[in-house]
Amino acid sequence: MMAAREVAIVAFAQSPSVRREWARDDVELLLPVIQDALSQAGVRKEEIGFTASGSSDFVTGLPFSFVLALDAVGACPAIEETHVEMDGAWALYEACVRLSLGDVDTALVYAFGRSSLGEPRDVLGMQLDPYYVAPLAPDAISLAALQARALLDSGRATERALAEVAARSRRNARSNPNAQLSGDMVPETLLEAPYFIAPLRRHDCPPISDGAVAMVLAVGDKARAASSRPAWIRGVDHRIEPHGLGMRDLTRSPSTALAAANAGVAQGKVDVAELHAPFTHQELILREALGLDGDVDINPSGGALAANPLMSAGLIRIGEAALRIMNGSAHRAVAHATSGPCLQQNLVCVLEADS
Amino acid sequence: MSEKPRVSLAPVRLEYRASAGRGLSRSLAALMEGRIVGQRCPVCAKVYVPSRGACPSCGVVLSEDVVVSETGTLVSFCVVNIPLADRSLPLPYVHGSVLLDGADIPFSHLLQGLPVEEVRMGLRVRAEWVPGPERKPSLESIRCFRPTGEPDAPFHAYMEHL
Ligand SMILES: [Zn+2]
Repeated sequence: MMAAREVAIVAFAQSPSVRREWARDDVELLLPVIQDALSQAGVRKEEIGFTASGSSDFVTGLPFSFVLALDAVGACPAIEETHVEMDGAWALYEACVRLSLGDVDTALVYAFGRSSLGEPRDVLGMQLDPYYVAPLAPDAISLAALQARALLDSGRATERALAEVAARSRRNARSNPNAQLSGDMVPETLLEAPYFIAPLRRHDCPPISDGAVAMVLAVGDKARAASSRPAWIRGVDHRIEPHGLGMRDLTRSPSTALAAANAGVAQGKVDVAELHAPFTHQELILREALGLDGDVDINPSGGALAANPLMSAGLIRIGEAALRIMNGSAHRAVAHATSGPCLQQNLVCVLEADS
Repeated sequence: MSEKPRVSLAPVRLEYRASAGRGLSRSLAALMEGRIVGQRCPVCAKVYVPSRGACPSCGVVLSEDVVVSETGTLVSFCVVNIPLADRSLPLPYVHGSVLLDGADIPFSHLLQGLPVEEVRMGLRVRAEWVPGPERKPSLESIRCFRPTGEPDAPFHAYMEHL
């Protein structure tokens, strides 16, 4: 989608990702993050025209948890609000569509996920098709391992290449105060670790993370007033592949390639890319699908391998990319979010500074 | 066609560890000590009982704890005619919304000590606690509410708190 009006990200806030957020509930986790985003943009909650959130009751283990979370927004007087039962990146997409209609100029987008309350690899199994795959009870890491095995067998990746992705992610995360896992890693050492679920080692898999994220979007002059350097959303698109895992070539991501073409990724030089790849091999698949060459700075935040709050990690990728536009370290950025098993559904977003 | 349908069972079970959050945890802890604690919003000054993390109207953190009275007013109620699994109460009984003195938001609890047909809005009630050693961090530490015998509260006293 190319927005009919110019829409930009003007503020981005997130909580540090932690292994377990036990003292605070979802509302208490979200509140300071939302207030931080609003105050960065210099807008009061009453000025927000549209609110969109992403989360999953399966992560929280609580029905209608997104309704309870609205306490953090202060929905009085009544607000126009929507929720997606998926990563907040898709809430951002909905906000872009809503802003393009022309009657509201600002949107608040937020997401939260305390992944630690349940067992994420089993929780994610609940999204599988209920007839053929779910009864076999494969967990999310086992499915990712099948995908990694297929990629290695195709000859287009090596275990060392996977370890290089992990090492670079952990190294990059050292400069990200919100990351959960960071460190000075080298691929040789990582390859000495035993398999977790072959061919994946623990460093090929994301940590279990609790966290929250919020963003303010604004249109045209509203965006220029809220930020000296807005991150303009030049294109955003999302595509989905068949539910049946056996119907897909798991070593490639045609939905990412199509979304990238529709969002206009190839229409200019990409300085930085934030890819929502919870597993190392998935980054290699995504880089190929997005056509990113060696000059692109991939996941300077450390990515989902360094912090993976479910339902927030995709929106955080968009925020991290926007942050680099807003702070002047990049002119053009690509952000990606994924959902579903083995990169089933993908969203691609192109962000630019004013030229 | 007399073949029976073939059925394959695939049971699904997910387990979660829940936590109450900072605001509610303080409220629950106070119930163990026989006190009812709410929280006041720094913006609109409403007192929420039991306390919660945030004021849903204002969208701000609630930080100031307020001990409220164990007496209050029945502002709405429901006559229960169906037995619930965990209740051994004789039917019918009344579950009602109790607005404690000093609180702005009512909460739901069991009413006892008055024939069902005499229960009414405005009835003044008091908490009956379970004995100290049996209390839990739960509203079940209050066994029920019973009439105090005071005159009913006039409607205008609670009309903003329904
Ligand atoms: Zn308030």
